Amino acid sequence: MGRWARIRNLGRQKAVDAEIDAELRAHLSMAVDDMVRQGMSEDEARRAARLKFGNPVALREKTISADAALGFDSVWRDVKFALRQLRKSPGFAATSVAVLALGIGACTAIFSAVNPILFEPLPYPHANRILTIWNTWEGSRSRLAFGNWHELTERNHSFEALAAYEPWQPVLVDGARPERLNGQSVSASYLRVLGVEPWLGRDFLPAEDRYQGPKVVILSYRLWMRRFGGDRGLVGRGVTLDGDRYTAIGVMPRGFENVLSPQTDIWTPLDYNTQALAADFEGSVWGNHLYMVGRVRAGVSREAAAHELETIAANPIPQYRRPQWAAMRHGLIVDALQSDITREVRPALLAVAGAVILVLLMAGVNVTNLQLARGAQRRGEFAMRVTLGAGRMRVVRQLITESLLLAGLGGAVGVGVATAGVRALVALSPAGLPRLDAIRFSGEAFFFALALTTLVGVAAGLAPALDAARGELRTNAQKTTARATSGQGWMRRTLVVTEMALALVLLAGAGLLLRSMQRLLAVDPGFDPSRLLTIQINTSGHEFDDTAAAPDAGSRARKQFFEQALDAVRRVPGVRAAGLTTNLPLTDDAVIYGTYGATFEGDLPQGGTDVFRYVVSPGYCETMRIPLRAGRFLGEQDRADAPPAVLISESLAKSKFPGQSALGKRLHVGPTNRPWFTVVGVVGDVKQNSLAVDEPNAVYLTEAQSWFADDTMSLVVRTRDDAAALVTAVEYAVWSVNKDQALVRVATMDDLLAAGAATRRFVLILFEAFALVALLLAATGIYGVLSGSVAERTREIGVRAALGASRGNILRLVLRQGMVLALAGAGLGLGGAVASSAALGSLLFGVSRLDPVTYLSVIALLLCVAGAACAIPAARAVAVDPVEALRAE
Amino acid sequence: MAKNDLQGTLDLLVLKTLAQMGRLHGYGIVQHIQRVSDELLRVEEGSLYPALHRMEQSGWIGSEWALTETGRKAKYYRLTATGRRRLDEAERDFEELVKGVRAVLRYA
Repeated sequence: MGRWARIRNLGRQKAVDAEIDAELRAHLSMAVDDMVRQGMSEDEARRAARLKFGNPVALREKTISADAALGFDSVWRDVKFALRQLRKSPGFAATSVAVLALGIGACTAIFSAVNPILFEPLPYPHANRILTIWNTWEGSRSRLAFGNWHELTERNHSFEALAAYEPWQPVLVDGARPERLNGQSVSASYLRVLGVEPWLGRDFLPAEDRYQGPKVVILSYRLWMRRFGGDRGLVGRGVTLDGDRYTAIGVMPRGFENVLSPQTDIWTPLDYNTQALAADFEGSVWGNHLYMVGRVRAGVSREAAAHELETIAANPIPQYRRPQWAAMRHGLIVDALQSDITREVRPALLAVAGAVILVLLMAGVNVTNLQLARGAQRRGEFAMRVTLGAGRMRVVRQLITESLLLAGLGGAVGVGVATAGVRALVALSPAGLPRLDAIRFSGEAFFFALALTTLVGVAAGLAPALDAARGELRTNAQKTTARATSGQGWMRRTLVVTEMALALVLLAGAGLLLRSMQRLLAVDPGFDPSRLLTIQINTSGHEFDDTAAAPDAGSRARKQFFEQALDAVRRVPGVRAAGLTTNLPLTDDAVIYGTYGATFEGDLPQGGTDVFRYVVSPGYCETMRIPLRAGRFLGEQDRADAPPAVLISESLAKSKFPGQSALGKRLHVGPTNRPWFTVVGVVGDVKQNSLAVDEPNAVYLTEAQSWFADDTMSLVVRTRDDAAALVTAVEYAVWSVNKDQALVRVATMDDLLAAGAATRRFVLILFEAFALVALLLAATGIYGVLSGSVAERTREIGVRAALGASRGNILRLVLRQGMVLALAGAGLGLGGAVASSAALGSLLFGVSRLDPVTYLSVIALLLCVAGAACAIPAARAVAVDPVEALRAE
Repeated sequence: MAKNDLQGTLDLLVLKTLAQMGRLHGYGIVQHIQRVSDELLRVEEGSLYPALHRMEQSGWIGSEWALTETGRKAKYYRLTATGRRRLDEAERDFEELVKGVRAVLRYA
């Protein structure tokens, strides 16, 4: 009988068992027969034979294990036994599985999101060689001019390629309603820097990357499928964008991730005039519009490449003249691509990752605690089994099987939790989260969390079994289980304190974030956001072109379109008021011409102040309900031929003219070769980019008096009732004037406010969820320890009651035991929370990270919950009947 | 070096017994070893049956159920060809073990 026989035996374990039984019984009978033949009575012989034979069960086990099914079958048996054991204590099993599933699931979901964003290499060849390059303005990143890119490209030796790009939002008009596309104007080197090639067609040629070069575009796979039905014949054909024919030369691969601008669907070459660089400092070649990204040559370190660019920036040479505003005088900021695109979300993601690790720790502690409690209860059982001849390894193996079974069940449910979690994360994710498409269930994170919790669980479950197996506790078989538990009491109490501490850390984090959110939403944006509908209108088409023949005709047409559209909107029933603005507060619209230097009469030539330039229609401030502090609002009288008039913001007025009226003062906004603007009114400050940031300097002027016609403006509509209900009517009003103009971002101001707080809200929701889980785990932990302790001390409590302790005494006895643990945990946790609150840093707003109100409230909350958890075992202790308790043992 | 653990010795005793006696059941093997060794060697049932089953798995011995002289059903073991070769090896190993142990004991 060889290997085959063993395998065959797997299928007939019962038969093999029976055979071994029969064989051993035959042995006994023969021994008895012999002894009877030698003159013993049958009974005596049977006893002697059994004695000689030893423990029949153990012998049988040993023989079986030498036999066939050694491997699989006995494992299956262990599993069946473990299932029976778990079914016997469904509370324990369900709690363990739930705790494991929560810990594993949450951890997996979070790391599924954090990994691809922060840690996995970007999906480009040698992605670590891609750097972003920024100008420095007041210590932070700002864009560069075409002239800077030109100079850096020609002078550097460290980069394989340097690319420049800027947003491009052409309107695609082909039959259906006009659609504005998200695109990028790029230098021909852009895709080479990323290391990606079109899937269909070809990349841009250097010859196409020039002023007034051929109009060519590369499409994203998405756009190609959506608008052109995946037609391969499109390459080489034309598409109409903004009224011009462009030739499609390529389609990007399906999986191409354009991390620098994920929504991009179309690319075209930049259109800057290299000849104008030296000649015309006022032209667009010297506007700071461009983003830069470069691929370092193989063998050149990132530091060396960055250093070379810095050196070039610091050492201008005569061939490359720079205007003073694009002189790179404050140096450059060079960053790795991955760290650049994640810089805004990194603190949020790290905070969330930290929080989920705390949750995983708590799950581990909780499982340990459960296993210890159960192990202690089962000590008698183990001792019994060892006494009955089970080998030490046998008991250990059984326990490991049980732990693994629990972990397996927990893991299986955890997969579900993680999958749902990943989906929820993607749904909750704030708009700025990069690489959203790369977020998917991460097997590594799952197995890491599973392995960690399982190891902890196995280790915790084994301790009592090893004790039992060592034999010293054989006597335990006779003892009640309860008495045996006290040895591990200290350990379980330590674990409960740990749980309390961890829970407090999470609660404090959630509390601080909650207070920040309240503070943030309480910030006055400077206008009334209720019942306000906003729509961005993007004008395009050749009717708006200024030509040499009619230098002003296009601009006039554009201004006229906006005026007529506004009139049409004002006539829509349900509209209270409407206005137009170039900069809509609380959006992250890329407004290229949003900020300008304002120079007041009497300022030094370089003494300008950066201001937001709001080009608005008359009635804009009234529609927004921006308060007038002095003077008057802009009105219909401020026409092109009237004296140029502006409103300035309160803060600008106060900082420029402290203690006096700003009315009547004169200033230039932008070009200084134009007539002075006169301040006719002062209005309240408005939050432009975010509620959290104060950038109060603003200048308002009318479209009619602006020195150029903006092609993109935002319509703001104050409605009588629900703003969202008027969307269609307002859209049709605009299209009734000109049906080819794209309406882009349609949102109520409430939506925009919510979007502005999205990252914070995302972190807050996760922290609240984790803190809730932590609170629950801590409560179960303290409840478990305390009820175990009450059960153990039933006799003592009975004695106390018999000796005259009042119900109050006993209640206090138990509650004190629990609350000491809770207080110790809260104290420890307070230290931890204060230390870890530094990690929340930039996520907090308007609240100190040491905010005493927050800390006191979360401690109070934790103690209340702990108190409630202690109350149940305390009530049980009070209910102990002294007579019963004393009689019980 | 000789394989000289105690389990090897039990295997040797069992294999030799079966070689001498033809087929025999477990109880018979215990009795035989005890008798032949003048009660010096006493095989524990706790070791014997696992050993028998292990050797059967390894294909050294075969088994069949048959009636004893007293009419009881018992499992009889017999040596296989593999078992016979194994016995030769085990005997050689044992001789070397004894020689080796003796040499150590006589060293002065």
